[in-house]
Amino acid sequence: MKKYLLSIFILLFLSLCPAMGQTRPTAFVGARIIPIIGEPVENGVLIIQNGKITAVGDSSAVQIPANAERIDVSGKVIMPGLVDTHSHIGEPAGADGSGPIQPDVRILDSVNPRAAGIQRAQSGGITTANVMPGSGHLDSGQTLYLKLRDDANTIDDLLIYDSDGKYMGGIKFANGTNSLRGTGKFPGTRAKSAALVREQFIKAQEYREKVRKAGDDKDKMPPRDLAMEALVEVLDGKRTIHFHTHRHDDILTVLRLKKEFGFKVVLHHVSEGWKVAEEIAAAGVPSSIIMIEAPGGKLEAVDLSLTTGAALEKVGALVGFHTDDYITDSRLFLRSAALGVRGGMSREKALYGMTMAGAMMLDLDKRIGSLTTGKDADFIVLSGDPLSVYTHVLQTYVEGRKVFDRSDPKDYLIAVGGFGATTDRQIHIDCFDGDLGGDN
Amino acid sequence: MFKAKVLLRVLGSCFIINCFLLTVFGQKTAVKGETVWTMAGEPITNGVVLVKDGKIEAVGPAAQIQIPADYQVVSAKVVTPGLIDAHSVIGLAGYLNQPHDQMQIEGSSPIQPELRAIDAYNAREKLVEWVRQFGVTTIHTGHAPAALISGQTMIAKTVGDNVDQATVIQTAMIAATLGSGALESGGKSPGTRGKQAAMLRALLLKAQNYGKKEDSPRDLSLEMMKMVIDRKIPLLVTAEKAQDIMTALRIAKEFNIRIVLDGVSEAPQVMEEIKASGFPVIVHPTMARAGGDRESLSMETASKLKRAGILFALQSGYETYVPKTRIVLFEAGVAAANGLSRRDALASITIDAAKILGLDERIGSIEKGKDADLAMYDGDPFEYATHCTGTMIGGKIVSQVLR
Repeated sequence: MKKYLLSIFILLFLSLCPAMGQTRPTAFVGARIIPIIGEPVENGVLIIQNGKITAVGDSSAVQIPANAERIDVSGKVIMPGLVDTHSHIGEPAGADGSGPIQPDVRILDSVNPRAAGIQRAQSGGITTANVMPGSGHLDSGQTLYLKLRDDANTIDDLLIYDSDGKYMGGIKFANGTNSLRGTGKFPGTRAKSAALVREQFIKAQEYREKVRKAGDDKDKMPPRDLAMEALVEVLDGKRTIHFHTHRHDDILTVLRLKKEFGFKVVLHHVSEGWKVAEEIAAAGVPSSIIMIEAPGGKLEAVDLSLTTGAALEKVGALVGFHTDDYITDSRLFLRSAALGVRGGMSREKALYGMTMAGAMMLDLDKRIGSLTTGKDADFIVLSGDPLSVYTHVLQTYVEGRKVFDRSDPKDYLIAVGGFGATTDRQIHIDCFDGDLGGDN
Repeated sequence: MFKAKVLLRVLGSCFIINCFLLTVFGQKTAVKGETVWTMAGEPITNGVVLVKDGKIEAVGPAAQIQIPADYQVVSAKVVTPGLIDAHSVIGLAGYLNQPHDQMQIEGSSPIQPELRAIDAYNAREKLVEWVRQFGVTTIHTGHAPAALISGQTMIAKTVGDNVDQATVIQTAMIAATLGSGALESGGKSPGTRGKQAAMLRALLLKAQNYGKKEDSPRDLSLEMMKMVIDRKIPLLVTAEKAQDIMTALRIAKEFNIRIVLDGVSEAPQVMEEIKASGFPVIVHPTMARAGGDRESLSMETASKLKRAGILFALQSGYETYVPKTRIVLFEAGVAAANGLSRRDALASITIDAAKILGLDERIGSIEKGKDADLAMYDGDPFEYATHCTGTMIGGKIVSQVLR
């Protein structure tokens, strides 16, 4: 009897949550749609179902299913959810002070899925983020590619899995001044930094060789080494290096290391990228750049320029953007693309950099980054031109589910700030307005 | 550097045209703008500003202003008064962020009103040049909001090879800070908010009595605080939390001093009290990071101050890392996207800032007789993708870089 009552309750609960099942298609009708791949359409239709995009295009060309829920978004702009290739939301903490190279440390074991920063990122239109440890080490540990889904209870609720069923992430490296501590095992010069990194990769090559030779022979297998395992993934191209690098000579050092060890790498920050744009393009390495309104604040950023994106675009290099939140504010991430245009980028490449380029840098370009049939229904509804200061993110959708709505007072508070806006999310059950166990 | 210059050249014909025009200037200049925001009345469509001997000679619609033949002509899409940053630390704080160029805070004592900004201001600091290239012509800068009383502030034009050429006012205000940003640790005072207030009150009491006895020795610190007591200069009180704002108002009342409230993240919690005090506000940068005492700041604080009828200005503030300075143009833009009208946002970095700094007779609007400080843009100044195409200070074009 008790069981029976419980199932009735659950059925009732589910029926009150129409968003949960989402088998019925939803059609967003009338917006200007910027699909990123393909030309923008002025009077567009976007249809989503079960978390995926099922159709997108001009209203005259897209058939809206009879059973679809129609949402009028005329006068608005829809584009793919933004991809932040370098963020520190969720209070990630990687390597500690014991040494400069710690590939065994995982951000997975540190992120707070309820951190207010994640909600702030949602309010800025970010749907996917590469959450990274800091840059005070040559290698500060493994990063995580996260979908900013709503109401995450544990970190598992935010993970993205690859076709082998493994959660996705890269690894963070840094050169330049941040790791030049000159104390303990940390390097005191740039040359020492490079030597320490090379030494570890050579060790990893040897480890990989031992594993290969051992084959199925357990006796010959070297003892498991968590650090080496991660670096072997890097050598095998299965784990991308996200390399913090500002100064032109530091950038070239990264390219030199890439040539020696053949790893996949994304350059991050790239403040002096404008000085070595041709070299970056020739190496075929993508750049995730940060847009800061003034130079300096640290020695390796004194020649930072708003023109880096334009310089890289001109020579055909792939350009993406990142917030480096808290360095820049996730809520204003679109500003980065706009400042890129101020520095000379084309509008098209700037918006591509916020979405598709970022997806490529995270090996997620088959799933996100554009409004394309079959891709995840990650998109944002904007009040106007994505590059205008006056435009606001009105709604953010991750896999078809609305995770931010500016018209909801709670979400509005996150978006603009105010009393209580920075408080981490309390335990919350979908569909119930109140929170459990908290007194907000 | 070469590549950047090449790149700037290809950015668009508008740069090339402006560059050509801006390179020719003289003492007598006519600045034409498709829109001229005078900040004294409505914006003028197709306006002309005549500049002579460093001052504004006339302003009005092109149809009414005859440009004399010997005037150089400079054109821009939008012309505004030179921007005023109501509170900064640049010039004392340098862009390298190394100990030798960080002169905004001195750690030996929590109370040092004798520290003059003019003795630390580097007129050739790169950040001064940088903000000038975005249209900022006047900065209220000085000692940082990072000690109970960190020192003096000054007002400078963003030009000049040395401090004397730049200075407008040598000692503008005394910088005080209440709240956790100015707490000491390790048993040093002030270690609590209560102690901060007690120490500030004790100092003001001493200043009240300073100079009353004949032949008492000079005291550089009390000399400055006496100026505050005598209402000759205001105390600039940085206070973010509501309780700190209330402490500032309480002490101002007790000693009948003039204050300028600064920061005020939690102003919405005590708006009526701020309004009733009549004191002006230099509000936190719109894009400042929420955290610590600033955990409750909002992009709407500025618009809420406006709605309450409180005189306020925006600021670039004090940054300790990256970016090493904010730019008030951008802060005003985001305020304009969050409840302020474009005109009110522009006022907060021009005429209203001038009023708070006591310089509205001289700067802050485009009016006859005022300093010829102008900023020129190739579109809506607040739009991200607009560029500052030129800056004029005292009748001279001081920047023609496209920013």
